[in-house]
Amino acid sequence: MSPFLFWIFAVVTVVFGAAVVLNRNPVASALSLVVSFLGLSALFMSLDAFFVGIIQVLVYAGAVMVLFLFIIMLLDIHVEERRQINWLAAVGAVGVAVTLLVQICVVIGHSQSARRVFPPLARPTTDDVWHIGRLLFSNYNLPFQIIGVLVLVATIGVVLLSRREPR
Amino acid sequence: MITLGDYLIVSAILFTIGFTGVMLRRNLIVILMSLELMLNAANLSLVAFSRFRVGANGLPDYNAQVFVFFVITVAAAEVAVGLALLVALYRARQTTDVADIASLKF
Repeated sequence: MSPFLFWIFAVVTVVFGAAVVLNRNPVASALSLVVSFLGLSALFMSLDAFFVGIIQVLVYAGAVMVLFLFIIMLLDIHVEERRQINWLAAVGAVGVAVTLLVQICVVIGHSQSARRVFPPLARPTTDDVWHIGRLLFSNYNLPFQIIGVLVLVATIGVVLLSRREPR
Repeated sequence: MITLGDYLIVSAILFTIGFTGVMLRRNLIVILMSLELMLNAANLSLVAFSRFRVGANGLPDYNAQVFVFFVITVAAAEVAVGLALLVALYRARQTTDVADIASLKF
């Protein structure tokens, strides 16, 4: 992928990710999150991870976002009213976040391998669905089954949680 | 040329944005969205490392991509349970603001 496209998608992902946090309206936040996930999916595809990019669009931009928008619509949440901001807590939170970012950037800056470009692949198009599926059903068979149980438990839990209590 | 470090820095910025959202915002729905941003930042790092570690057969390391698959599955389950908890909370208290839900606060 050309550097130009990489920077475009990186900027889209980061700017709309910041819009999620900065918007006061939850609907605008959710829609910004969709755009951010689409940019992220393009970044995945630029790393030749086409399967991961596709499930990113299907699961996040499709299912999870519909769930978010549905809940926002169901609860009828309007724009957050302005309250007195606790400035001490806000400055502390931003300070911790900036410290974390600076630490990660320093670690990346000191790393030798972070300055290297990605090594070329043997073939331009990789059949990654086949490889991931084979790993999933051989090496990672037990975690795969556990994930299945987890999703089942989550489904039952959600049904139980959202059931109206009989009065 | 684009290096591994560029992807890692984008991932770090995205994680920091999500972290700031969790710390600053008080709307529970936006906090859940920020959590998703943090999980996706980790996914971006994993995929970048997967592409960086090309094996002897000239293919990326697919173990990391399987891990991303698991992370996405768990995140989807987490969002479903989290939003169900949110709806239950809204029924009980008519609020989604974390400042109003301070019974367990020290």
